[in-house]
Amino acid sequence: MSAFEVLRFAVRGIGANKLRSSLTMLGILIGVAAVILLIAVGNGSARQVADRIEALGTKTLTVQGVGGSGVLTPALAEALDDPVLAPDVASVSPVTSTQATLTYQGTDHSVQQLVGSSPSYFAASNSPVGTGAAFTADDVAQGRPVVVIGRTVADELFPGVEAVGKEVTVNGALFTVIGVLDEKSSASGFMDANDVAIAPLTAVQQALTGYGPLNSIVVEARSPEKVTDAQSQVSLILSQRIPASTASNSQPYRIQNASQLLQTQTETADTFTTLLGAVAGISLLVGGIGITNIMLVTVTERTREIGIRKALGAPRRVILTQFLAEATMLSLLGGGLGVAAAFIGSNFTIVGVRPVIVPSSIALALCVSVAIGLFFGSVPAHRAAGLRPIDALRYE
Amino acid sequence: MTVLDVRTVTKVYGQGAATVHALRGVSLSVARGEYLAIMGSSGSGKSTLMNILGCLDIPTAGQYLLDGVDVSRLNDRQLALVRNRRIGFVFQSFNLIPRTSAVANVELPLAYAGIKAGERRRRARNALDMVGLAKRGDHEPNQLSGGQQQRVAVARALVTEPALVLADEPTGNLDSRSTEDILGIFDDLHAAGRTILLITHEEDVAARASRLIRLVDGQIVTDVRQQRVPA
Repeated sequence: MSAFEVLRFAVRGIGANKLRSSLTMLGILIGVAAVILLIAVGNGSARQVADRIEALGTKTLTVQGVGGSGVLTPALAEALDDPVLAPDVASVSPVTSTQATLTYQGTDHSVQQLVGSSPSYFAASNSPVGTGAAFTADDVAQGRPVVVIGRTVADELFPGVEAVGKEVTVNGALFTVIGVLDEKSSASGFMDANDVAIAPLTAVQQALTGYGPLNSIVVEARSPEKVTDAQSQVSLILSQRIPASTASNSQPYRIQNASQLLQTQTETADTFTTLLGAVAGISLLVGGIGITNIMLVTVTERTREIGIRKALGAPRRVILTQFLAEATMLSLLGGGLGVAAAFIGSNFTIVGVRPVIVPSSIALALCVSVAIGLFFGSVPAHRAAGLRPIDALRYE
Repeated sequence: MTVLDVRTVTKVYGQGAATVHALRGVSLSVARGEYLAIMGSSGSGKSTLMNILGCLDIPTAGQYLLDGVDVSRLNDRQLALVRNRRIGFVFQSFNLIPRTSAVANVELPLAYAGIKAGERRRRARNALDMVGLAKRGDHEPNQLSGGQQQRVAVARALVTEPALVLADEPTGNLDSRSTEDILGIFDDLHAAGRTILLITHEEDVAARASRLIRLVDGQIVTDVRQQRVPA
């Protein structure tokens, strides 16, 4: 008998009991689709977290004063920008930030973060200017009252109107809007990343915060790989410049590293993916037990049929091949439909996460389902094909 | 010319206290073209004998030669070939494959013989025509009456044109009219020179055969040639 003939017999065998065949396929379909989709969700959420953190800037270090110690001064910021002592530092931006209310023609908007800094802050904080322009080093030196606002601020104060060139009042002081930032994806759930305004450090100090200590210093490294080097250089300079507090042995400042944050978050996301994968694996296992059960029932129920076929002169090999072909077809078809279902499902957002399919999970899920179908289809078929025809015929 | 040669065949089922001697040394020789009926009460071993003759079962001891070949020396593949080419088996319970059309059932032995689909279909239709079911080819077994199912089974046994037709109580589950149909087919086969072995309980069925064997407790008690009683 040719291979084609065997396949035709297998198709006929599957077609002879459509309900049972489709239920078997459904079991495999759900198992395969669940594995692929759940792993995709885990992977998608990991990506999402990584993207968010990357949006914050992976090259930056933030030096923050601890407990209002007031050790961070503009002079200290300038000292950090030292090509000899800190060769891996690309730029240093002193930052002072405050909450402020912007007013334009009677419309009020309370900005969560009004940042006073230098021009390098735009690059370091990953917030490029969309329309208009950023302020320059000259603006900082002269303390010109200019401001670059975030998308949310622009939408609130200037709905449908071009914001650049307008004059707004910031806590009573007059500032000119010279640019609007590009829309940024919200970095965290609590804060709107677009609800910011950035102005020259000197202008903010002069009009709003006064010449007190800085809130933080943002240091940008030359590349993401140099962040650790830059961090050690920065901490060296800081330890030279700031005398260790005599009252306590704790440092009066803290250095935060975005890539450390990224690493921690990625680890968390990986744990999440593993957890989802384990749940999906259990569902595949349960699906597999379902396949096993149905295969056992199918073949056992057809022991008599196997006896008839043997009595009519079917060699053992042909019978085995037929049942193996049936099992393979069922599990491949079910698995294929499962992959298709997973692909369709991955187009939808699941619990706020856009799934990203991991190719190896497709191969894994398919292989496991086919292996289960083959193994548990072949064992009873093997047993039945090995029976004497009369024993198979008498099987009840 | 001898088709079947059975030499002191015994068959024992079970072990210890549960041992059953189904056949206690049966010797039998059947020539080509004979029409042989085997009678006996339940448990006399006639079905066991038939299963051994059909290569569905193997004897505990003794030799069985089919066309001069010792069947016990054949491997699984060769046995499958013998069942396929030499023997047509008709069962009491029809044993058609469920949910499969009559013509596909009849085609089955031809498929295992490796005959091409077109030729197979033609020969299956011919065989169905011979048993008077040409129009029922596309019906599935559960859409046919008992007599029709048995005729499909007979067509399946005949389609490979085997030298030997074995029938294990073929009319046991049938009414008198269907019985007449089946026996009519066997008469035609006999006339065409086929060797037929048939197990039956009924005297009038046995009367159609040219030779009658009676089995009691796994042994042949009478073996007579008789004048066939025409239908």
